[in-house]
Amino acid sequence: MVMIPAMQAQVAHIAANHVFAALADPTRRAIFEHLARDGEQNVRSLTARAGVSQPAVSKHLGILKHARLVRDRRAGRENHYSAQPQALKPMLDWMGIYAAFWHDRFDRLESLLKRMDQ
Amino acid sequence: MTEPAASRSLVIEREMPHPPEKIWRALTQGPLIEEWLMKNDFQPVVGHQFSFRSTPVPGWNGVIDSEVVLIEPNSRLSYSWGTMGMMSTVTWTLTPTKAGTHVRMEQTGFRSEQDAAYKGATYGWTKFIGNMERVVGGLD
Repeated sequence: MVMIPAMQAQVAHIAANHVFAALADPTRRAIFEHLARDGEQNVRSLTARAGVSQPAVSKHLGILKHARLVRDRRAGRENHYSAQPQALKPMLDWMGIYAAFWHDRFDRLESLLKRMDQ
Repeated sequence: MTEPAASRSLVIEREMPHPPEKIWRALTQGPLIEEWLMKNDFQPVVGHQFSFRSTPVPGWNGVIDSEVVLIEPNSRLSYSWGTMGMMSTVTWTLTPTKAGTHVRMEQTGFRSEQDAAYKGATYGWTKFIGNMERVVGGLD
């Protein structure tokens, strides 16, 4: 059986889809939460609530979109954004990730103890 | 009022057929820690800031920033554990038993570094994750 370097494999899985990094910023979390709660919105209405400039909101939305946390839809001259909360699922399992990680490290600790002198 | 974060703890326990003193060495001597956990510049001194380093992967630099919080030789060891914007504390407790040692690892207080810096004035991870668990839970 292959010993899985649990942390690396799982972290790679999560980090690779950019969800964690995208949500590390509190303004982006707030924007995402507004969309998840209140449904589709345009940049103007998001800016009114975000407390930062419209270009800043657009930049945040770009990062959220790259992480597939939001989707945009062009309507006339405006983009409308909506949340894709299912993209969060892998991130919410971080406790499972750490559990796998520590079990693996406990195994390694026991193996080391067997090799050590008293 | 109880913080929601308080319930966010992970406990791993195992009985090991070795004396606490020996396990303590494996938990607190840098080269030994590296053999089972990660590369590190740990020193068993309260307040010592150090890092654990593992192989970087795309999106993660492999670094865990830590500070020694508590040292009680052969008994308790605690350090902070910060990575990817998430802060937690890892506490080891060694209890002698007839057959050896009961080893307990508890990782608690998962919160974002931003939350720690802004004292929750902005959207906190804990609240966010709580809210989002409800949203995502509703998808099933």
